[in-house]
Amino acid sequence: MDFPANLKYTEEHEWIRVEDGDIAYVGITDFAQSELDELVYVEVDTVGEELEQNEVFGTVEAVKTTSDLFMPVSGKVLEFNPQLDENDGDDPTLVNRDPYGEGWIIKIELTQPEELESLMDVEAYQQMVD
Amino acid sequence: MPGDTIVQFTISPYFVRMKTTPLIETHKALGARMTDFAGFNMPISYSSIQEEHLAVRRNVGIFDVSHMGEFFIRGKEALQLVQYVTTNDASRLAPGAAQYSCMPNEEGGIVDDLLVYRLPTGSPEEEYAFMLVVNAGNIEKDFKWIESHNTFQAELTDQSEQTGLLAVQGPKATEALQPLTQVPLDDLKFYTFTTGAFAGVENVIISATGYTGAGGFELYVPAERLVEVWQAILESGKQVDLLLVGLGARDPLRLEKGYCLYGNEIHDTTTPLEAGLGWITKFRKGDFVASDILRQQKEEGVKRKLVGFKVTDRRVPRQHYAIEDETGHYVGEVTSGSQSPSLGYPIGMGYVKTELASPGTRIVIATGRKKLEAEVVKMPFL
Repeated sequence: MDFPANLKYTEEHEWIRVEDGDIAYVGITDFAQSELDELVYVEVDTVGEELEQNEVFGTVEAVKTTSDLFMPVSGKVLEFNPQLDENDGDDPTLVNRDPYGEGWIIKIELTQPEELESLMDVEAYQQMVD
Repeated sequence: MPGDTIVQFTISPYFVRMKTTPLIETHKALGARMTDFAGFNMPISYSSIQEEHLAVRRNVGIFDVSHMGEFFIRGKEALQLVQYVTTNDASRLAPGAAQYSCMPNEEGGIVDDLLVYRLPTGSPEEEYAFMLVVNAGNIEKDFKWIESHNTFQAELTDQSEQTGLLAVQGPKATEALQPLTQVPLDDLKFYTFTTGAFAGVENVIISATGYTGAGGFELYVPAERLVEVWQAILESGKQVDLLLVGLGARDPLRLEKGYCLYGNEIHDTTTPLEAGLGWITKFRKGDFVASDILRQQKEEGVKRKLVGFKVTDRRVPRQHYAIEDETGHYVGEVTSGSQSPSLGYPIGMGYVKTELASPGTRIVIATGRKKLEAEVVKMPFL
């Protein structure tokens, strides 16, 4: 299973990748997608909203499970990956196939960047899922 | 505080108690994702649930369901005991036939649902002998329950640990299995069985039953021979692309057919009549546990009913979500829900007030964060 070193991880199995400045991408980990099995729907109805760390920003549906998605850190939801959106690409299995790349879920603007310090690095996350 | 703590090495009691089937190492070697199911460490999926599901519907798949329990009831009054503890009429079974049934508790709720097999006996003194197949999570409870009602000349034994069970399900099941036995599988009608040699193993019960609605067989195999039978089926199944299927796909498969799952649709406070199991509740056979209560409920009519519904939203209903009427009033609860891999939309079952049980009725599923539009539909879904 793949866990890139340049990401930060949460106990809820989200990852966050900070791009330049305060912009970051958020998705779910390879472990999470494999536990959930094939996704059938990704819902994000919080675009434009400012959410706090650990607040729910969306939901993923697999055949057997529904799972809420949590903000790794506080931020404003700028964009929902159009390739997953039912009104656009509607291809939720992208999350299974490429969880850290094409399968990113939201793009956010950090409002409390210091919260990144509270997240796990790759070693800590790997230890948690082993 | 130094000196205060005694460090103890503990093993989770859960881990210690987790049971396995004879195929545990085989599943791991095949790369199965494992999960705790009813206290057993079982495969949930080998590839993907969707793929496994569709393989069973369109082709053929194999499940290890050895966690299920098998009881045998023998003796002069074996029939009387079975008739008293179950709702269906076992006197109607010919040797070599099976029936779906349930065991009511004293209040008319359900102890378990089960299959009752009438075994051939070959002895005039022993007219009736039965095998009862019960849910894995209920083995001990069921055994004690039947034992406590055994005032008859009947002997009850639990053979669950000595019995392996494989389900080979799907339209190509006969093709996959026929090379392994002389028993003409095409001649086995739905809900009948025979005992014979299979893959070189004697005394395999070959049963034309299943929990998928896809057709196929269930094979009761002596536990110590289970691994070799499994391997033989995998080998013989190659010609028809038999797929390994975990318990993950078993749930949407049975849901699409509207089959009840113990712990979801049926449990100790739901009656068979509420659950739509009136067709296996036979009052004419004579008294059985809670038959008076159930007869009265039948005469008065049930206040709630199990229904199937489809969701017109993309979100999937799940067990325990509330069901509301169109004006937002609570009318019941979801018992099972899943994306239907065959239909491509979410479906579910749940209890609603009887007046909302007709197909076409609009209902609302409350997920907590959201309300999903749904419609009561006739079951099976497929």
